[in-house]
Amino acid sequence: MFSGCEDPSRLDGGAWLLCYLTTPTHQSFYLAFGTVLLLLAITAPLSLLFGFGGALASRSVIAPLRWLGRGYIAMVRGVPEIVFFMFGPIALDQAFEYLRHRVMCPDWSEPVRRGNDFVVCTAAKLPLNADPQWMHEIYGFALAILSFAIVYGAFCGNTIRGAFDAVPQAQIETARAYGMNRRQLFWRILLPQMWIFALPGLSNIWMILTKATPLLFLLGVEDIVYWARELGSAKTRAYSFPHPNWQLWYFLALLVFYLGLTRVSEIVLARLNRRLNHGQATLAGSGRMAAGR
Amino acid sequence: MKALIKGTIAGLALSVALSGMAMSGMAMADTIRMGTEGAYPPYNFLNDKGEVDGFERELGDEMCKRAGLTCEWVTNEWDSIIPNLVSGNYDTIIAGMSITEERDKVIDFTQDYFPPSPSYFVGLAGQSIDVKGGVIAAQTATIQAGFVAESGATLVEFATPDETIQAVRNGEADAVLADGDYLMPIVDESNGELAVVGQESIGGGIGMGIRESDGGLKAKMDKAIGSMKADGTLNTMIKKWFGDDANVY
Repeated sequence: MFSGCEDPSRLDGGAWLLCYLTTPTHQSFYLAFGTVLLLLAITAPLSLLFGFGGALASRSVIAPLRWLGRGYIAMVRGVPEIVFFMFGPIALDQAFEYLRHRVMCPDWSEPVRRGNDFVVCTAAKLPLNADPQWMHEIYGFALAILSFAIVYGAFCGNTIRGAFDAVPQAQIETARAYGMNRRQLFWRILLPQMWIFALPGLSNIWMILTKATPLLFLLGVEDIVYWARELGSAKTRAYSFPHPNWQLWYFLALLVFYLGLTRVSEIVLARLNRRLNHGQATLAGSGRMAAGR
Repeated sequence: MKALIKGTIAGLALSVALSGMAMSGMAMADTIRMGTEGAYPPYNFLNDKGEVDGFERELGDEMCKRAGLTCEWVTNEWDSIIPNLVSGNYDTIIAGMSITEERDKVIDFTQDYFPPSPSYFVGLAGQSIDVKGGVIAAQTATIQAGFVAESGATLVEFATPDETIQAVRNGEADAVLADGDYLMPIVDESNGELAVVGQESIGGGIGMGIRESDGGLKAKMDKAIGSMKADGTLNTMIKKWFGDDANVY
């Protein structure tokens, strides 16, 4: 990065460290913090959406929709995450490629599955073989987000379903007595109160999600934990900056990052909790909790 | 569930649009994606620029040149390197992978581009180590791990080569079994902390892994390796990366 960095073997002390900490691999490491935050920023609302959809479906009066919602929540929650992340993205990728293959190469006569191999025509590859590496990375990232959203959406779904069920029956009866129709009842009574009961569960899922990003490397996305392990491992003279095992320092940096992220999350969640409870017929909403804080 | 279906369709539409854009911009050139581990110097490693470097980088680029192919390098975890090849995420494995019968059942190999070379046991210097009965570290899914499992020693497996060395340094394992060419620079630079405590000849040469259905590519790569063997460039390359004492063709 700096002009003096071409021959690191002749540097020492601060200059060596400065050059070392600004190598392109270190820049990728710093960039990976952004990748993780971006992943969280997209995955969290998407999971919530999946969860909300799952919860609504599982409470639906239409039986097939109810089965679908319940099936989704039960099945995804039951499969170990690591298994899902090992096979889920490969399955999703193959499903997309197979669909494209059927559309784009209708004349293809050979089978797609040959022994262990999965072969689609060149034009159906996703992304194409000739595409630049960044497109492959964005595709991998999108698959990762989709897999994360499916898995965490199922957990959110169960929490939200429980929260809907926790809204007191008296509230519903009162709303009916006021002559509200189904739609009004849902939007004005059920939904605002549901969030209060869902928030503690959802905040748990959020905290777990923030720490689940190392699973990204299973999907070929290089996150901060991958880079900390790779950069911190002992380097021989095959590298320009040989050093012994420094993983401790890299993981300390990650510790600081995650503690910071946890603290910020706690502040935001506490504020959200206060706002949702405001004016509600709950202990926290009546202001009696304030003394306990 | 509606959201799930919507999301899937949106994702699909996005990716279709993305590749559509790319297709209009170029002719269908023959691009081959080369899969490697990037953590096994001097065979393959990520240099400080973040690029794949090492013996196999130089070799692979030369092979692609001779075969008239455009090559793009990608790294993948060793653990899942074969599943990702067969599902088509890249087209070759060039990652110091020894040709074995077990692997040959799942994928195909080109002719070897690196002759059989011995594996070493490395442990802490000055200790008596029983390589047949002690605790031996090896990387998961390697021929060395298979060897240790059958030798009567206790095998501890790790996902990356670097972790196997750490296990010896912090006493979790008595010794590590890996390719000598990987271990020697580490032993030489350990200031006498580590020492070679044994040697074993396991496995054949190293070849390039290719999908069984990809016969055309295998033939091209075979030919490229053959021509590099014939004109001596392969031997020069091996000596450059592994020293003058390395086994050559």
